[in-house]
Parts: sequence; C-alpha cells; structure tokens
Amino acid sequence: MSGLAVLIPIAVLMGLAALAAFLWALRSGQYEDLDGASERIFEEDVKD
Amino acid sequence: MTCCVPGAHSVIDDPSAIEADAPALLALSRPLGDGRRQLEFAVPDAHCAACIRSIEAALAALPQVSAARVNLTARRVRVAFDPAKGSPAELAPAIRQSGYHTYVLDPAEETGGDPVLGELIRALGVAGFAAGNIMLFSVSIWSGANDATRDLFHWISAIIALPAIAYAGRIFFRSAWRALKVGKTNMDVPISIGVILATALSLFETVQSGQHAYFDASTSLLFFLLIGRTLDHLMRERARSAITGLARLQPRGATRIHDDGRREYLRLDEIAPGMRLELKAGERVPVDATLIADSGSFDYSIITGETAPQQLARGEEVVAGANNLGGPVELRAVRASTDSLLARMAAMMDAAEGARTRPRRIADRAAAIYAPVVHTIAIATFLGWGLVSGDWHAALLNAVAVLIITCPCALALAVPIVHVVAAGRLFERGVLMKNGAALERAAEVTSVAFDKTGTLTEGQPQVVEGYAVDAMASDVAFALATASTHPLSRALAAHTGHGRPFAGSISEIAGRGVEGVAGGVTWRLGSRAWCGLPEAQGEPFTEVCLVADGELRASYRFSDLPRSGARAAIAELSRLGVPSRLVSGDRQGPVDAVAAAVGISTAQGGLTPQQKVAAVGEGRTMMVGDGINDAPALRAAYVSMAPTSAADIGRSAADFVFAGDDLGAVPFVVGTARRAARLVSQNLVLAIGYNAIAVPLAISGLVTPLVAAVAMSSSSVIVVANALRLRFERRPGRSAPAGRMLVEERAA
Repeated sequence: MSGLAVLIPIAVLMGLAALAAFLWALRSGQYEDLDGASERIFEEDVKD
Repeated sequence: MTCCVPGAHSVIDDPSAIEADAPALLALSRPLGDGRRQLEFAVPDAHCAACIRSIEAALAALPQVSAARVNLTARRVRVAFDPAKGSPAELAPAIRQSGYHTYVLDPAEETGGDPVLGELIRALGVAGFAAGNIMLFSVSIWSGANDATRDLFHWISAIIALPAIAYAGRIFFRSAWRALKVGKTNMDVPISIGVILATALSLFETVQSGQHAYFDASTSLLFFLLIGRTLDHLMRERARSAITGLARLQPRGATRIHDDGRREYLRLDEIAPGMRLELKAGERVPVDATLIADSGSFDYSIITGETAPQQLARGEEVVAGANNLGGPVELRAVRASTDSLLARMAAMMDAAEGARTRPRRIADRAAAIYAPVVHTIAIATFLGWGLVSGDWHAALLNAVAVLIITCPCALALAVPIVHVVAAGRLFERGVLMKNGAALERAAEVTSVAFDKTGTLTEGQPQVVEGYAVDAMASDVAFALATASTHPLSRALAAHTGHGRPFAGSISEIAGRGVEGVAGGVTWRLGSRAWCGLPEAQGEPFTEVCLVADGELRASYRFSDLPRSGARAAIAELSRLGVPSRLVSGDRQGPVDAVAAAVGISTAQGGLTPQQKVAAVGEGRTMMVGDGINDAPALRAAYVSMAPTSAADIGRSAADFVFAGDDLGAVPFVVGTARRAARLVSQNLVLAIGYNAIAVPLAISGLVTPLVAAVAMSSSSVIVVANALRLRFERRPGRSAPAGRMLVEERAA
C-alpha cells in the first residue's frame, strides 16, 4: 500500500505535466503552421 | 516543379491592382506600435522549403522590411515594415519577382486566431488527460482492487474527473441549454443529461463506498465526442479560410479628387454622393456613379452576364462592380456604398434566405426522435426495477447505465466523420465545402441550373476566327495588341502568341483602339468604326480589324467560348439522372448558342436577378453561377456552387466553391454527396443496431462500467472505420494539390 502513496501522485503529476506542456505549446503558437514547421528543417539557420 | 527553383519565372505585375497603391496599402496595414506597420499577403502557390526561403529572402532584402514570415499552412506571409524607409507598394512586386502569385489580404477578415478551435482543442486535451488517467485506475479496479483501495481509486478518479468534466463538458452543456431554452432538442441534450447524471451517480457511489463508478465512461465519452466536434470544426474552418484567402481585394476604397486637384484615398464607407472619384484602367467601379469623362467602356459581365462591353457617354450612370476597360476616367458618386447595387443584391440575398425553408440536418432529425425515446426507456427502467424489486438503488444504477450506454457517441460521430472524409476528398479535387448540411442537400438535388457567362463559358473573349493578309500584318496586330490592356487586345496577343516589336510610335485611345505610326504608314487596330470601315450587318461575333492607311489588312472575330469540360460535365450529370438547365441574364441568342454547344436543351435568357431567384427556387435545384447577379439565386437555390473566379459576393453565397476551370467538379460533388449520404445512413443503422443489442443488456442490469467502456469505444471505432471507406472507394483521376489549383487566375 505504501508504494501506491508514492506511485499514484507521481503518475498523476506526470499526466498533469504532459497536459501543461500541451497547453503551453498550443498557447505559444506551435500548432499554427504545421506544414511550414516540417519544411523549415531544410533551411539553413539564420542568425538575426 | 518550377516553383521550387527560385526566380525561375516571375509573375507579371498588374499595375491596376491595389497592391501597387501605397496609400491604399497603408490604410489597410495594422500599426505595430513602434512606427512599424504590418500587412498580410496571400501566397497560394507556396508549398515547400525553397518557397519559404525565396519569399522571405526577397522581402528581407527590401530596406523597409524588418520581419517577414511565411505561414505555409495558411499560405500567407506576414510582413512588418517601416513606412518611413520605403513604400509598401514594393512588397507585392518583390514577392512576384521571386515567382509567386500574391495579393494583399484584408485585415478586417482576421479575427486574431480562431477562439472556438482553441477552446475545442484545450477541452480535447483536458478530456484526453482525464480519460487516460482515470482509465488507469479503472483497469486496476476491474482487475480486482477492492475495499479501501477501490475507494481510494474512486476518490482520485472523482478529483480528476469533476474539474475535467466541468471544463470539457461546457461546450455541450452550453449548446444543450441554448436548445432547451427555446424549447428544442438537439444531440447535445441527451449527451449532457447522460454525462451529468452518470457523474452525479458516480460521486454518490464514491461517497457511499459503492462498487461501481462511471467516471471513466463520462470522461472518455466527452473525449470521443470532442474528437468528432473538433474535426467537424476544422473542416469548416479550413474551407472558410481558403475562401477568404481567395477573396482578392475588390475595391474597398477609391481615390477622391478634391476641387483643388489634391488626391486622397478613401475607404468605401467614407465615399459620399457628389464626390469626384478617379478610376484607373482595369479597376472596378466602387459605388454607383455617373461618368464625367467624355466616354468610357465598361465590362458588365460579372453583373449582368452580358459579354459585350458597354459604351457609356458623359453623364450616364455606371453601377458598382463594373470593370473599367478603357483608360483612366473620372466619376461622380451618386449613391453611398450602402445603397449601391452590391448592397441591394445583398438585401435580395437576405430576402431569399428568409423565404426558403431548408430541411433540418440529419443529425438533428435523429436527435429529435432519439432523445425522447432514450429518456423514456431510462425512466421506464428506473420505475420498472424500483417497483418490481423494491431496490431503488439498483434501479437508479440500471437507469444510469441505460443513459450511458445510449449516450449517442457513435450517433454523434456517425455524421461528422463521414462529412470530414467527404470534405477531404472534395478538397483533393479542388472543391471547398462550407458545411456538412450542404453535402446532405447536394445528395438530394433533382436538377442543376447553370449560369452562362464565366460559369459554362470562360467569361473572357477568345479569338474564334482570324485572318491576316500576310505575316507582317499579323506581326503588327500582335505588337499593337500587346500595347493595350483591353480584354480583346489581351486575347488577340495571346492568340497570335509572338511577333516582332513595333518599330514606331504607338498611342492608345481609350475605348476605341490603338494607333501606331511606322515608316510613314499609319496602322490602326480596333473596331470597324475606328478603322474607318463600314459596319458589318448581323455579325454575331465581336470583331477587331487592322488597317494600314485605311486599307483592311487583318480581321479577328471574338467569342466567349464554352469551357472545355462543360459538355462532359453535363453528360456526366445526366448519367447521374440530374437534368441541366441554363439560366442567364444575357440575350437569348448567345444563350441558345452556348446551350447547344454544351448539350443543354432547356435555356432561359434575359433573366433579371429576381427571375433567376424564381427559376431556381422551386424543387431541389443546384445553382452553379459566378456573377454578382447570380448571388441571390445562389442563396435561394437548394444548394449552390461557384467557381473560384466568381465575384466575392457570389463566392460567399455558394455552398461549394470549386477551382477555376473544372466543371467536372459539379457531377463529382453530386456523386460524392450521394455516396456520403449512403455511408451516413449505414452509420446510423450501425449506431442503432449497437443500441438494439446494448440497451436490453443495460435494462436487465448486466452493464457494468467495464462493459460500458468496451461497448462505447468499439461502436465508435466501427462507425469511424465505416466512414473511412469513402476515402478508398474509386479515387478521382485527378489529384493535383488543391491549394495550387485554387489560385485565382482571373484578371482583376
């Protein structure tokens, strides 16, 4: 039983972290140009 | 693909377009706060890494540009620039020189992202998180966790589920509440009742240390439903943004000439009657106005369907939307934009909309029957168990099990999934579908009414017959034609294709013709009157002549030819059992000629917009048209289609918008809609069949949370899999990337 007390919070927190990461990615506009993102890897890095 | 080689070709500038008008562009741009301004341009051809690089590099090379970023999904480029360092009129030419079509987008269309989609995706994320985590606990419970452990797992599930359901369920609760408030019912009503009751009962069971809790069912139900809802929204949003992307900026303003000769750019709503306006060659008339130049030549084809240019004299009235074919002219505004022809058409469209009764959507009709039946069964289960066994607790559990098992997950997915798949298939073929309701109606059409000009025909004159006495005459005709922007000259230049440049001076007299002097010979290209020749009698075609010192050297006849695929499309439609008609505002003669050429037996010409509305309003008619005069008929018809080259107002009135020249899209839409309708009914039968098996189990009290979870997911998967069959049925032969086919080719 004591194992559960540790493992369950860890499992739920990991789930929450994934949810937070998803919402952050959504908010910072990472889903706005999915086609462009996959093409931009072919570009040289530009320093500006 | 040539487009991937930077600078391989450059797209020709259209000097009359708004993109070259610096004050107009400044008025459209959005201030960024630090003196810089921002504009968005559409780049419909961009599709690869090299495209991104060449567009961004071309813009960054300009001194006034501080940032340029291409969005390949939306096919747009956002440019931040400093007006103090250079003109915004240089932006579009820079993009065109790198080889891409472009036009500026109206920031008024921009809503700053899509708030509804954001809400749906956030809700989807939350519901997915909750469903996944709660399922972990549920699996432990089903595997035998009991007593204190089970209670603990139920409590943790409740803590995750309650906020998640409150957040993700809002979308359904809101819509259900709106429907109930006006005394209607939709699919969201049984969904909301099912989810809320299941959650409440589970909470009660958790508090009572009960054996069964349905938190997993409520959250995964919301998750599945949100997937369907999000896909449906994405489909409509993609069509909408593609269509606004196509909306080439029509005159949203005009240049006013003040009494002291000063010129000022005004927005459309700032133009008042009595103002003096300047209209350049190729521009559209912004508001109804009178001509204050001596003469002018205007193209009314998008307004009336009449293909021959209208010659107007000083003081005559010209309506908003007409295209100036001659040189620059001055106009005096007669009506404000709110009273102009376009606005009157919009009012007529509203009237047509109000007069029409459209069938309710299949999903809503199903919900109207489904919800009361389900709720009656649930109440009957509750009363039956309670009265027979006296165990009201068990009765409540079984009644809620009925609600969960019948919660129309498969039913709610059955229709949108098919529509999403159908929209994807249509998109491949270059057809944009505005919403699923249009697809349901397109499956039921019994006849198709076509407009003539610009729909069945190219909408632009082409040389049908040419004759020149020698190669020199043909060369001169080409050289003089290239010097002019008149549609007939362009068609002639395209017909002859090549020739030597004219060695002499050329002058164009707007609305009449072109004159060139070389080696002491005066050449004239234009109408018979301009060339000093007698008028030909009973000539069905528009004619352009070339004379050298008054002697006829060449003559070309023009006509608006039917589109190449028109005849095949009409034949395909009649094979599908859908007869075609022709309704046009043009004269009966040319209308009959086109009808005969494409194989249509019923043709009505000379129709006013009102008569068109009446002609397509009866029965289940699909209207295909492109002009401003077609817009009310497009709205009045049972279902409607417009080509991408249509006027803005027509494109926004139509249910489907198809790429440029491909009339084969019309039978394709009808065929796809019928297959989609068949799949929808199959899916509904599957969903009902699932209920026929699961509901008796639920009534008899055999449905545990485990059974509910398995039954619900499997029925959803079956429905989705069935819908995907539409993708793999006979694929269309032609599948060029739709975004590229949707480039608007029509000259402004």
